[in-house]
Amino acid sequence: MFISWGIIQNALELGLIYSLVAMALFLSYSMLNVCDLSTDGCYTLGCAVGSIVALSGHPLLAIPAAMAAGVLSGGITSLLQTKLGVESLLAGIIVNTGLYSINIMIMGRSTLSLNDTGSVFTVMHDLLEGTVLADYYKLIVAAIFAVIVLVLLLLFLDTRLGLSIRATGDNPDMVKSSSINPARMIIIGLCISNAITALSGCLIGEYNKTCDINMGTGMVTIALASLIIGETIFGKKTIPWRAFGVIVGACLYRVVVAIALRFNLPATALKLVSATIVAVAISYPTLVKLIEFKNKQYLARGKNLYRILRNLFLGAAVVFVVLAVVLAAYRPLMILLAALCVICFVWFLRAMSQKKEEVVC
Amino acid sequence: MLKLTNVSKTFHPGTVNSKTALDHLSLHVKKGDFITIIGSNGAGKSTVFNAICGGFYVDEGKVELDGEDITFQPEHYRARQIGHLFQDPMRGTAPNMTIEENLAIAYLRTSRAQSAYFSRVSKADREFFREQLRQLDMGLEDRMKNPVGLLSGGQRQALTLLMATLVTPKLLLLDEHTAALDPGTAEKVLQLTKRVVSERDITCLMVTHNMNQALELGNRTLMMDSGHIVLDVEGEERAGMTVDDLLERFSVNAGKALDNDRILTSKMKKK
Repeated sequence: MFISWGIIQNALELGLIYSLVAMALFLSYSMLNVCDLSTDGCYTLGCAVGSIVALSGHPLLAIPAAMAAGVLSGGITSLLQTKLGVESLLAGIIVNTGLYSINIMIMGRSTLSLNDTGSVFTVMHDLLEGTVLADYYKLIVAAIFAVIVLVLLLLFLDTRLGLSIRATGDNPDMVKSSSINPARMIIIGLCISNAITALSGCLIGEYNKTCDINMGTGMVTIALASLIIGETIFGKKTIPWRAFGVIVGACLYRVVVAIALRFNLPATALKLVSATIVAVAISYPTLVKLIEFKNKQYLARGKNLYRILRNLFLGAAVVFVVLAVVLAAYRPLMILLAALCVICFVWFLRAMSQKKEEVVC
Repeated sequence: MLKLTNVSKTFHPGTVNSKTALDHLSLHVKKGDFITIIGSNGAGKSTVFNAICGGFYVDEGKVELDGEDITFQPEHYRARQIGHLFQDPMRGTAPNMTIEENLAIAYLRTSRAQSAYFSRVSKADREFFREQLRQLDMGLEDRMKNPVGLLSGGQRQALTLLMATLVTPKLLLLDEHTAALDPGTAEKVLQLTKRVVSERDITCLMVTHNMNQALELGNRTLMMDSGHIVLDVEGEERAGMTVDDLLERFSVNAGKALDNDRILTSKMKKK
């Protein structure tokens, strides 16, 4: 079978663990309106600290230790941006850079192997030995963590403190005149979100049985892509609904990646794909506005931009299909026909803008 | 109650844009006072409010509230005792949060909730919010789960007023809070303000550009110009005053005629 259950299960396991980072960004990016670029480093930090603690024989203690490290990292990022006047994006980048050295110092070298140590996964494996669920132990661990974090996060967002954090992202003016200290809210929010990020890093380390200094590269973009996929599918309705959408988005992202890998897409292309998803999704509303505005300008000149764009795309599509068919069928004629197609294309473009020339004449 | 002593504030000091917004200004507000403030553009009306609520720290002088020196208290700390409404209805509420959540945040100001970080909105709280919303008479009590961004400017301003007074503040600052609303809504919000202030006996300062309003409302009127208080009338002297008297007194005291278009047009309309 092309896509087996095993592949899907694998994707879900990874998706559920990565959804923790997406939930961390849900708190910092969607709720608090702070783009925390230290996510990459913090994720690796969680893995490094978790791995070291696990290697020294405490696989369960690794989790709180990683989260504590995340709190420290988030604390530094937020202190820089609230108390010391560093731009929030820059604060994240600075901390991210610093964390690279710290992570290497913690790990002692640039990769660690966790093959011989216990982890939450081996603990669950031993627990479920011989039961029907034995094959799903990784999925169960990942799901347990995702659900616990989701429930705690939702409960937290409904408390007075959680409401204050949301208001800080929504309207800082109002927060000040409601006797809430916005600086404190940002610090608390980032500490929590970084703790969740570090937890995810720690779990991934134990899941893959390895910890690499570069594992976090691009994490923030991937998590944002998950966040956006979730919000696109589930819409911006109630908070629980959106948070649940984030988890689904992260899982879906992993499933898409798994399918892409089955198509022999090079794994190195994945980051480009997620970067494109994030860039397009975030710029989409502006792009629509721009096209609408341009269309207004074109309509005033008696042209329809939508029709022009559609014809352009159609023309390009026809050219490429012809080109592809010809290339596949008859190689010697390739250069000649390609040239012909290019000529056709240029002619097509000129035909498109003919009206304008008429006006000039 | 509120005491400003020799308060000064200069913006962009030492540059060509240097502007003295408050010039050794002193003001004593008694408990229960409802003071209306009018003045020309750039007279320092909003600057006084910012000095009181902590939008910035003053260069010189002292701000005291109820005998407590609050000169160097940060804004969010003062906000426990001071309610503040701005001209822009969008500033006072969080648009992506529901009415109920906004009210819950305003309710934080109570001393009980200050430390109760993990408390949630209880049933009793919700009933209290609903009762308060009903008094606004805008049908908001049935829309508590709606995001505030869906409300009109007037509704948002009424909600902001409710939030500022949900826990009775020691002092309420109203910075032309009806100026951005259409006349009908403005009147409604104004009536609401009057009622809340008189019912709870809140000490209140209100900036307005409407001279008639300035004389009608409250018990004391201040006129400001270039960072000074040029006219301060109350009691019997104020009771007999007309808008023309006010304008004349202003030009005598300030040494020039009033130049605020909006104030002058509001006077013309009434005639």
